[in-house]
Amino acid sequence: MSFIGIAVFCVLVGDLEISTLDPWQEMGRMALGAVSPDFFTTENLGRAFLNTLAFAIIGVALGSALGFALSMVFHNPGVRFFCAFIRAIHELFWGLIFLQAFGLTPLTGVLALAIPYAGIFAKVYSEILDESDQAHLKAAPEGTGFISFFLFVRIPDVWAHIKTYTLYRLECGLRSSTVLGFIGLPTIGFHLESAFKQGNYEEVAALLYLFFALIASMRWWMRPKLVPFYVATALFVLPVGADISMVNVVRFLTEDIVPGPLRWVESYNVDTFYIFGQWLRVVVVEQALPGIVNTVVLTMIALVGAGGLTLIFFPLVSAKFFGRWPRKAGHMFLVIMRSTPEYIMAYVFLQLWGPSMLPAIVALSLHNGAIIGHLIGHHADQLPARADAPKGLNLYAYDVLPRIYRQFLAFLFYRWEVIMRETAILGILGIHTLGFYVDSAFVDIRFDRALVLIVITALLNISVDKISRTVRTRLRLSRSPDIV
Amino acid sequence: MALFDIQDASVQYNGHAVLNGVSLSIRQGEHVALVGQSGAGKTTLLNLLYEQHKKEIALLPQDLGLVQTLSVFHNIYIARLNRHPAWYNVLNLAHPMQREVAPIREIARRLRLEDKLFTPVGELSGGQRQRTAVGRAIHQGSSILLGDEPVSAVDEKQARVILDCIYEGYETVVMALHDVTLALAYSDRIIGIKDGRIVLDQPSSGMEPSDLDDLYHH
Repeated sequence: MSFIGIAVFCVLVGDLEISTLDPWQEMGRMALGAVSPDFFTTENLGRAFLNTLAFAIIGVALGSALGFALSMVFHNPGVRFFCAFIRAIHELFWGLIFLQAFGLTPLTGVLALAIPYAGIFAKVYSEILDESDQAHLKAAPEGTGFISFFLFVRIPDVWAHIKTYTLYRLECGLRSSTVLGFIGLPTIGFHLESAFKQGNYEEVAALLYLFFALIASMRWWMRPKLVPFYVATALFVLPVGADISMVNVVRFLTEDIVPGPLRWVESYNVDTFYIFGQWLRVVVVEQALPGIVNTVVLTMIALVGAGGLTLIFFPLVSAKFFGRWPRKAGHMFLVIMRSTPEYIMAYVFLQLWGPSMLPAIVALSLHNGAIIGHLIGHHADQLPARADAPKGLNLYAYDVLPRIYRQFLAFLFYRWEVIMRETAILGILGIHTLGFYVDSAFVDIRFDRALVLIVITALLNISVDKISRTVRTRLRLSRSPDIV
Repeated sequence: MALFDIQDASVQYNGHAVLNGVSLSIRQGEHVALVGQSGAGKTTLLNLLYEQHKKEIALLPQDLGLVQTLSVFHNIYIARLNRHPAWYNVLNLAHPMQREVAPIREIARRLRLEDKLFTPVGELSGGQRQRTAVGRAIHQGSSILLGDEPVSAVDEKQARVILDCIYEGYETVVMALHDVTLALAYSDRIIGIKDGRIVLDQPSSGMEPSDLDDLYHH
């Protein structure tokens, strides 16, 4: 209840204005584009698709390898915090950072994906290993080496789980890789953005349809046995490591990111620290604080919005409420909603309604509502039904809703941190969340400021994750849903 | 010289006494059966014994400790993981070598599991799983075996096949068995446990199953 209260308050203080002159006309043009996709205007379309795939494959493969190594030592609190920190920074922020150090090279895209994914993989792999059946740990005789023990005893029973999760992450990787195009990397996102900018909606539709086809067809082409082949091909497509200017890297690390007042200082004295204090105050008070307020406001509205939409969406895919064909349509709708990157969805609404919080709220609520709705719909179908159960709205309100409610809250709170991370990043689109200030700092070539803001964003995410975990434990929603 | 020696041991779980002042010594070469109701403290006593000679013991825990997704062959092979370097184990995981398969096939044959040698354990019946765990214990080839109800899921005929295999391969055996007929037939010393105490400890020769009735009644 209190969460809804917070959201209502946030709606009152939030900026939800529609500022475009004629949203309907623009919407009409988009709709027209959607029904008449043009697959032939984009130059180098094949290349962009190859790049999107290659970035996702190498990034996720590297992230999964690093994450696996980290999961071995995940019980160390230092490692745990390190992983929480690197995954609290969105891949677009990583992209912006590496863009400065490595320029527009393949390495930038690969690292931007691999680093946050390594943090996520480390956490999930370690949870999977911990939750596995402990009974067989005494199976091996005393004196068995670590590697043999690991491969024979610990891994086999969780292997299928690890595989499913990694493949699911590859799907996320494809989305992330696409979105990285918006900051200049040569993936489909790059062409999407320029097509959007020119109002060329036939091209936008074509690119989006191809992207959906790529994601939907994954289960046919993504075979575990083919992974080495894909990674090798991807390395061939993207020569990672070529064209890197060490001078740039060194300058970025030793000069650009050092706070301005401390740069090129001969000796540190009280004055330098005073100026540094002033500098830090300006960054924190004038940028970080308003950024944090807006990020939190938007997150809370989007969280409750996603919750509300979930409760509307899940019956659409549940056999308890709809017959076969309506359910198929419901599935189709949810698949499109959840596989469109929320960044792109927000971008579309932004074109329609102009800059305010509204596009971000709608995009985040739709995307997350579709994800949780899909999971809850599935969950609802698993509930045993009594033969004389009521139907329709009565069934919904008196039987199904009360029974799925705890699971629903568990998924929603689990998603909270993700929504917050996305909220920050939507600032790049001009909504004044933390991402907006980070992006402006990059545009102004003030990397020192950008870095401070990114660290603040990461800490904010980590605290929300903590709060969410506390709320979940208090409500006894301990079961952590894995594919969310 | 006693192989196992426990003096006045007490064990508590959450403030509830599971073993209460137990003293016990077992010599090398003895075949001991632990009998008593479930919850009497047999498993706890076995764990205490295991701690004393971890390295020489093949363990047959009640939950079997099988890796469900690995085949019968691999589950039995696990018994000798500590005898080979890691690379050799990895090789056998990917592609079992003939010199490893042959002895394990022989064990499986004696346990009537030969046709299931390369079936994942998760697809087997309860009795077949129990035999796989026994196969692992046999393959380990240590000198002492500690078993916790290793024949609870099979009929008496199969139980005798399994116990024959175990007693053939191990010099010292300590086994919790709820079936008193089998306990008397296979062991030469019976230890009766009731409410965390040893209430009976005598040679099995000359005992009748009815002599153990007291253990199962309050």
